[in-house]
Amino acid sequence: MNITQLLNQLPGAAAQGLIWGIMAIGVYITFRILDTADLTVDGSFATGGAVAAILITSGVHPLLATAIAFLAGLLAGLITGVLHTGMGIPAILAGILTQLALYSINLRIQGLGTDLGSRANVPLSINKYKNMLVSLRNVGSFSIENPIWLMLLITVVLIGIMYWFFGTEYGCGLRAVGSNQQMARAQGISTGRGKIVGLMISNGLVAFSGALMAQYQGFSDVSMGRGAIVIGLAAVIIGEVIFGKLFRNFALKLLAVSLGAIIYYLVIQVVLWLGLNTDDLKLLTALVVALFLAMPYWKSHMAARRMKGGKPVV
Amino acid sequence: MSEKGMLVLKQLYKTFNPGTVMQKTALDGVTLTLQPGDFVTVIGGNGAGKSTMLNAIAGSFQIDSGSILLSGRDITHLPEHRRAAFLGRVFQDPMMGTAASMNIEENLALAARRGQRRGLHWGITASERSAFREKLSTLDLGLENRLGSKVGLLSGGQRQALTLLMATLKKPELLLLDEHTAALDPKTAEKVLRLTSQLIRENGLTALMVTHNMKDALALGNRTIMMHEGRVILDLNARQKQTMTVEDLLAQFEQASGKQLANDRMLLT
Repeated sequence: MNITQLLNQLPGAAAQGLIWGIMAIGVYITFRILDTADLTVDGSFATGGAVAAILITSGVHPLLATAIAFLAGLLAGLITGVLHTGMGIPAILAGILTQLALYSINLRIQGLGTDLGSRANVPLSINKYKNMLVSLRNVGSFSIENPIWLMLLITVVLIGIMYWFFGTEYGCGLRAVGSNQQMARAQGISTGRGKIVGLMISNGLVAFSGALMAQYQGFSDVSMGRGAIVIGLAAVIIGEVIFGKLFRNFALKLLAVSLGAIIYYLVIQVVLWLGLNTDDLKLLTALVVALFLAMPYWKSHMAARRMKGGKPVV
Repeated sequence: MSEKGMLVLKQLYKTFNPGTVMQKTALDGVTLTLQPGDFVTVIGGNGAGKSTMLNAIAGSFQIDSGSILLSGRDITHLPEHRRAAFLGRVFQDPMMGTAASMNIEENLALAARRGQRRGLHWGITASERSAFREKLSTLDLGLENRLGSKVGLLSGGQRQALTLLMATLKKPELLLLDEHTAALDPKTAEKVLRLTSQLIRENGLTALMVTHNMKDALALGNRTIMMHEGRVILDLNARQKQTMTVEDLLAQFEQASGKQLANDRMLLT
């Protein structure tokens, strides 16, 4: 175990964390603000990568390609939203259905222009597409080329936009939908439309993150979103556990989510360095997320027990 | 019955779970007209259709047949969130009327825009904030200094008082109160009830208030209706209310329904 080997890995982990942090902010919007677990994200993350990759390889400027990937994500969210609110399918199942459908769609998107018409992987070499927004090639350098700088900028701007949006009349209405649907309707807010818009914004961000990830890693893969929801939840929960007491402001809460994603990737890097097999990573992530999700339940359980015992709860 | 009025309910019918063993006729031809400024208290046994009538007006579900007119407008088929523009609502459950994870001023700001288009302006303005503080101080609950507190931290009574303020912040054409003091302790209930009368009087509101307290029903408002098995079986005007006692009311009920008013939740004193 060579410590310099680990240190060399850390900038890459931070960059990956920042990119996944955007995805995690998308998850935060559905999971925390709208109070729904949306599983579309596993599919829409890959959709973002696929759309960006196919556009970049066909000569579209990466900036425009990334913007269009965001729009594709909005569309994915719209589909889940309509399945849920317009067809009465439970949110979690609506997300799974869209996710499943997106797997085929993503193969088709990546296959555009090929003879087969479907493809599992699209290479995006930085040598060939020099104007891509981010690339892992420069992640070790101190130059302005280092993707960490741009990712930091994007994250800060994004948090600013989200802070503004959820503070507007419309955004407050969306928060009310997530907090109390009966109250929202009594105030004249359409809960169905609110959920659709929330799911769209969330998946738009997730696809945006997927587009950046494809450029960063130099390829888009149809299974790059597998387990994305769990990573997103891990980031949300790590952020809350570590910074929850400290960060009360909404913008800071979003920052905590992004920091949570960075910490997640740094920890992953450390456990890999300690000798964990990459194949076991998803198992470890699932265990950690399950543990943290269970904590509030256990806490309330213990508090209830203490109440029964007649001892005062502090 | 007159076609004109603030609220006109014509032959409302609603059966829940039709064709199953759970089938229940909740509204069996309810017809009722409220004049502007009417403050009507609604009493009746369990399952009489009181809450169902309020929820039908609010649009929580679609009625099977009949029509609902508010200020001459047919709102029978309008979805719940569209009717909100005209209605102020306070629920029995104090948790129902407010958003727990949002703070007091945000809840009030949402209510101030009830039924309006919500755009991309900032959700709350400075002038609103001071107006909210002023209105909250009239509640005398110390909430005027807690604008930034999450509503989830408030007591049931505080939340209900806040909901009441929210329901009247933007003057509703009709205020619907569904046993809104039933979940509160007697002292808090009395305070919220006093606030209710005050807000209705000051704003000249038209209101329907369901209550299980017969004494309150007689003491408050200018009209009392009694419901039984999905129908209005008794309708008392202000003058009749004045001379009526709870005992008279019970006797009237037996006469009109042919039954004893058996309801363990009903408060007779």
